[in-house]
Amino acid sequence: MSVRMPEPDSAVLARREQIVKVLRTMVPGEGVIASEREMKPFETDGLTAYHQLPMVVVLPETTEQVSQVLAYCHAEGIKVVPRGAGTSLSGGALPLEDGVLLGMAKFNKIKDIDFANRIAVVEPGVTNLAVSNAVAHAGFYYAPDPSSQIACTIGGNVAENSGGVHCLKYGMTTNNVLGCEIVLITGEVLRLGGKHLDSEGYDLLGLVIGSEGLLGVVTEVTVRLLKKPETARAVLVGFPSSEDAGACVSAIIGAGIIPGGMEMMDRPAIQAAEAFVHAGYPLDVEALLIVELDGPAAEVDHLIARVEQIANENRAVSCKVSASEQERLLFWAGRKAAFPAVGRISPDYYCMDGTIPRAQLPLVLKRMKELSTKYGLAVANVFHAGDGNLHPLILYDSNKPGELDRAENFGSDILRLCVEVGGVLTGEHGVGVEKRDLMPVMFSEIDLNAQQRVKCAFDAKGLLNPGKVFPQLHRCAELGRMHISGGKLPFPDIPRF
Amino acid sequence: MTDVLKPTDTKQVEEAVHWAVAHGKALELLGHGSKRALGRPAQTDMTLDLSGLTGVTLYEPAELVLSARAGTPLAEIEALLEKNNQQLDFEPMDYGPLLGNEAGQGTLGGAIATNLSGPRRLKAGAARDHFLGVTAVTGRAETIKSGGRVVKNVTGYDMCKVLAGSWGTLAAMTDITIKVLPRPETEATVIVEGLDDERACAAMSAAMGSSCDVSGAAHLPDHVASYFDGLPRPEAATVLRLEGVAPSVAHRKETLAALMKPFGPVALLDEAHSKVLWTSVRQAKPFAVSQERPLWRISTAPGQGYAVAAAITPAAQMFYDWAGGLIWVAMPFTNEPDAGSIRRAIAELGGHATLVRAPAALRASVDVFEPQSAGLRALSKRVKDGFDPRGVLNPGRMWAGV
Ligand SMILES: Cc1cc2nc3c(=O)[nH]c(=O)nc-3n(C[C@H](O)[C@H](O)[C@H](O)COP(=O)(O)OP(=O)(O)OC[C@H]3O[C@@H](n4cnc5c(N)ncnc54)[C@H](O)[C@@H]3O)c2cc1C
Repeated sequence: MSVRMPEPDSAVLARREQIVKVLRTMVPGEGVIASEREMKPFETDGLTAYHQLPMVVVLPETTEQVSQVLAYCHAEGIKVVPRGAGTSLSGGALPLEDGVLLGMAKFNKIKDIDFANRIAVVEPGVTNLAVSNAVAHAGFYYAPDPSSQIACTIGGNVAENSGGVHCLKYGMTTNNVLGCEIVLITGEVLRLGGKHLDSEGYDLLGLVIGSEGLLGVVTEVTVRLLKKPETARAVLVGFPSSEDAGACVSAIIGAGIIPGGMEMMDRPAIQAAEAFVHAGYPLDVEALLIVELDGPAAEVDHLIARVEQIANENRAVSCKVSASEQERLLFWAGRKAAFPAVGRISPDYYCMDGTIPRAQLPLVLKRMKELSTKYGLAVANVFHAGDGNLHPLILYDSNKPGELDRAENFGSDILRLCVEVGGVLTGEHGVGVEKRDLMPVMFSEIDLNAQQRVKCAFDAKGLLNPGKVFPQLHRCAELGRMHISGGKLPFPDIPRF
Repeated sequence: MTDVLKPTDTKQVEEAVHWAVAHGKALELLGHGSKRALGRPAQTDMTLDLSGLTGVTLYEPAELVLSARAGTPLAEIEALLEKNNQQLDFEPMDYGPLLGNEAGQGTLGGAIATNLSGPRRLKAGAARDHFLGVTAVTGRAETIKSGGRVVKNVTGYDMCKVLAGSWGTLAAMTDITIKVLPRPETEATVIVEGLDDERACAAMSAAMGSSCDVSGAAHLPDHVASYFDGLPRPEAATVLRLEGVAPSVAHRKETLAALMKPFGPVALLDEAHSKVLWTSVRQAKPFAVSQERPLWRISTAPGQGYAVAAAITPAAQMFYDWAGGLIWVAMPFTNEPDAGSIRRAIAELGGHATLVRAPAALRASVDVFEPQSAGLRALSKRVKDGFDPRGVLNPGRMWAGV
């Protein structure tokens, strides 16, 4: 493990037995897990290179239990790491040796489905797909659709502000959540937002979404439901170069078309996916675009024709429109299986998640190729082309000494490159432990301190998920201080009236 | 006497805040001051006029992104977007006429700081949903950056969200990056006539629950209908806007009209009339005609909009936007905002209410923004203290003491 976590508190570890005993009074029965064997499944999340057994696992079932556990941990100075399904790809749910791992899986009820207001109120342990399934009979769905949607939970989605292939048109989690209940580390229960649009006062809901479990434990979420589009059709377009594919994406958006999804794959990703799924992808192209249009048939047919025309004007060498729902799903099957497909051709792969201004794609791909040579590791790219979110998959073999380190260094270089060209470190997977130490590439110390002061407003003792997101932890008292003096008001340079 | 400072770059904004902190002075932040009459009147020593920070610094239509200095006039940005067949999808409403000013004023910073959004909010989101990146000077006289110029970004806390709608109480924004979107090719409006408020909420709910992709849903009751432009008859009208490419709008217009038939007589508006109508909805036209009545803006669950409205005195004038989730209410008497009945209705049914217009003395004596629970109030105060520990930025603009 190359990332340093906060020094375990030996005083807390020494009291482990006592702590477990108290926790058992709060969450009875099987809700407290303390044996090493039973804690094993919790030692890692989707970033499997990192693992750590927690001090104890607690699986509460009610908000009162969460509140009690947190109040106790707050009083005793015990760290807490929230966990949903553990699919985080950035190590957000990585346990701490001296911390309580608070698993939210038992919060699995859908509490209210309200079609009149087009919302559902769900507990955070409900999986993303379960929400859509619960409302499908009435033709509704929940829009954000991370590829992990069978497994990942709404609580995890809120914490990571997760996206999916449809977020170009329908937004990320933050654009689709209206309210939540959170428990602060003090045990205090707060409601943010509700069934109405726009929270009153400061948009604290907007802060909590994407806060990676550092601000509070989410115990209920109100999500917006959308009506399923009447139809959807996809076009599969092959290009001789990624420049051409990028130009085509720009031309589609430039023509005023916002597709439901617009995904790009590079040659290695196409080859791997086709070998795995036999989706009918062309194998003689450098880049492949899947463009999906959704809406009423009249609209979809009209726009598909325009997209086809634009593709042909942008040097497409192959262009196939899905003729049936079955074929549309087949087009997607290749893209959706891209990760496991790459997993078939390499013992291990490391999935990155930077975002770049789309115009920089050719440059980024070229530089990535150079890095690939430098590190001696292959890379395949899948790309949410509409919004510039790039997922390079670095192929490596963890059994070969040094390869994991090389893969990580390669990954860091890619993310630095994303920032250098005007992009960001993470588009949807979060900072977690993985990109924590890269934060200064994007933010100054002043920026990071301002963010940590938000943390202080929610969790002054820094007990919730410490060691994630921020490369350096400061005491809140220290961050609160301000030394400003002087400041004459001559403002020689500022116009005064 | 209130002096005015008009910085022209971020450094100067930092200097001004530095001075205020060092001397314990309070600053009033201003864009064009078009909403100066909104919110709690604040006691300040100096005005920091940010409208000197102007100019679009980056515009990439194909990447759907635009950056501008915070004081850039919205009108300038909208004109630039229009030239490229794009728009601000959150359709910021124009408070000018409501508050006794001209239409078409206001800065980008002001729109973001107040999280302004118009009728399309129910489909496209609010200003906060299109706010990608920012440079701002906090009340610690420190310049911070957050977000970026790409749409998909989860790097660090989403500080843009808390700055949107913070009314200049946390930081002075100097540079703003927003997401922009294509302008729809055409639009049309389906009208259901003669519905009472409850039935209208049900009709709007049915329309929103259809796959017609409605991008505006308002109910204009009998007593205010005549103030709106573009309606065929000055009678209660439940209006549903459809936008998109022509074949799609034509198809959805038919589908939606058929769906609405059971609710009442249906009429259709073509593109030109539809545009005119929605401009007057966006400007809350009935309440701009007379400036006398105290004006409230209530946000609640759309399905129960009529119930919230029913709890308020029948002498009030009102209309509904956001499918019933946004209610504009003008109280009958000049000096009586009747906060009691509104707050009671909200307490029972949920949501929040803002007193948008009233004489300054009145705005100082009642809660302009929805009072918060003790826990939320304390948390908001701690957030404010993190950004602005000495309270130099718009103190008291949102709540007393914050
Ligand atoms: C194969 C695969 C594909 C993926 N595809 C996508 C994708 O397309 N788009 C995308 O955005 N992500 C994707 N992910 C990443 C991941 O699925 C998401 O980040 C997801 O939201 C995590 O949810 P989870 O329930 O597994 O949370 P966990 O991994 O358990 O936790 C994630 C973070 O959330 C916090 N947390 C969890 N629950 C709560 C709660 N109730 N209150 C407060 N904090 C909480 C944790 O502390 C942690 O910081 C993918 C992952 C995998 C493995």
